[in-house]
Amino acid sequence: MFEISGLSKEFHLHHQQAARIKVLEGVNFSVLAGECVALTGESGSGKSTVIRLLYGNYLANQGAIRIGGLNVADAEPREILEMRRITLGYVSQFLRVLPRVPTLSVVAEPMMNAGAGEAESLDKARTLLTRLRIPEQLWSLSPLTFSGGEQQRVNIARGFIHDYPALLLDEPTASLDAVNRATVLDLITEAKGRGAAIIGIFHDQAARDEVCDRSIDISQFAAMA
Amino acid sequence: MNPIFSVRDITKFYGNQKGCEGVSFDLYPGEVLGIVGESGSGKSTLLNVISGQLEPDQGDVLFDTRHAGMVSTTAMAEPERRMLARTDWAYVHQNPRDGLRMAVSAGGNIGERLMNIGARHYGDIRETASGWMGRVELDTGRIDDRPSTFSGGMQQRLQIARNLVTGPRLIFMDEPTGGLDLSVQARLLDLLRNLVRELGLAVIIVTHDLAVVRMLAHRVMVMQRGQVVESGLADQVLDDPQHPYSQLLVSSILQV
Repeated sequence: MFEISGLSKEFHLHHQQAARIKVLEGVNFSVLAGECVALTGESGSGKSTVIRLLYGNYLANQGAIRIGGLNVADAEPREILEMRRITLGYVSQFLRVLPRVPTLSVVAEPMMNAGAGEAESLDKARTLLTRLRIPEQLWSLSPLTFSGGEQQRVNIARGFIHDYPALLLDEPTASLDAVNRATVLDLITEAKGRGAAIIGIFHDQAARDEVCDRSIDISQFAAMA
Repeated sequence: MNPIFSVRDITKFYGNQKGCEGVSFDLYPGEVLGIVGESGSGKSTLLNVISGQLEPDQGDVLFDTRHAGMVSTTAMAEPERRMLARTDWAYVHQNPRDGLRMAVSAGGNIGERLMNIGARHYGDIRETASGWMGRVELDTGRIDDRPSTFSGGMQQRLQIARNLVTGPRLIFMDEPTGGLDLSVQARLLDLLRNLVRELGLAVIIVTHDLAVVRMLAHRVMVMQRGQVVESGLADQVLDDPQHPYSQLLVSSILQV
């Protein structure tokens, strides 16, 4: 499902002494359907950068990123948007939504964008919010007023509401208590069970051991400055 | 899928002064394109040229018409272009006063665009107008009030209803959230986003507000001194800008 080859990334900061920061060089790995792979390496080794490159949020300098049939590294914006709508889900560490939109709509949105009906999407949003223990009286409020852990669970609900064949998870269990952490691990296991290919960053070693089939150490791809 | 709108090598000078130069892009149905840049970067000139209000010195603008497919709108006869502006195109001004008739009732403002394309049945027109007021979250009980009695945010929603009532496929917007309170901006953005998704609209939105781009646009073009210096996926350009000017623009956003 994921096939990454020869991927390199360098940031060129024109206004900060024209600094060139080489982050990654020659990243090669692939992930099959039904597989969950952890990206490891110390802070700053480029794990989140890999995730963002795969999502098309950062521009690749070199190499190929094949997800499904698409090479994200040289795809048109609308092809990347189509991939994000149908194929590739992403649970980031930050919730970025319009102010004043109710949580229930925020969660249902990706499923509606993927083509499902409104009633069906709202139903699934209710199910997921219940599983993730977001109290029902909060569903009609904007998640921007929620605590960090609640916002993260809303983000997780958005990432799992549509059955994406591929998923990127950036620290999905980071600020969760034990019960909610277990629910998230269940969601990951269920997604694997239906054949999703998953790439994640887990600082939580126990979580990694529980859901991941293997690890890829990103520091082996560190660029030589 | 074919583009609904194609801009090819558009150049416009005001005397010796460059408005915009060599701008090309394609827009697809359902796609929202943001055009950003500081004042004087040429984004408003570009919007005026491609929406048929200014004639380009060079280049062409093609639109996928319902009857004849891709047609050059710059070569079109004036009456034909005016018809396009009343039906398949819409233009939302920054100041609702430029897009509304302030002395005509809210319902009349919406109904006028329908009458322009031949609607005559008063009851139907009023019903459609009322339906659209509901869709943009205006109190339908105020259908007979003049827009001058509305708040800025309500006027802007009325302008959007007036524009969308004829079922346009392409909408030009010039700083649509510009003069509004922050609280009203968020609501308007949510409304626009839902309408774009439901109706599959193609939208070109000129703004200097990068938050509007992040929330609404799929793609973005960054303009500086009349030229496009960078274009791409909206979140990619905002999070990983490549051109020095785009980097400056993004790094200048104030954090709250």
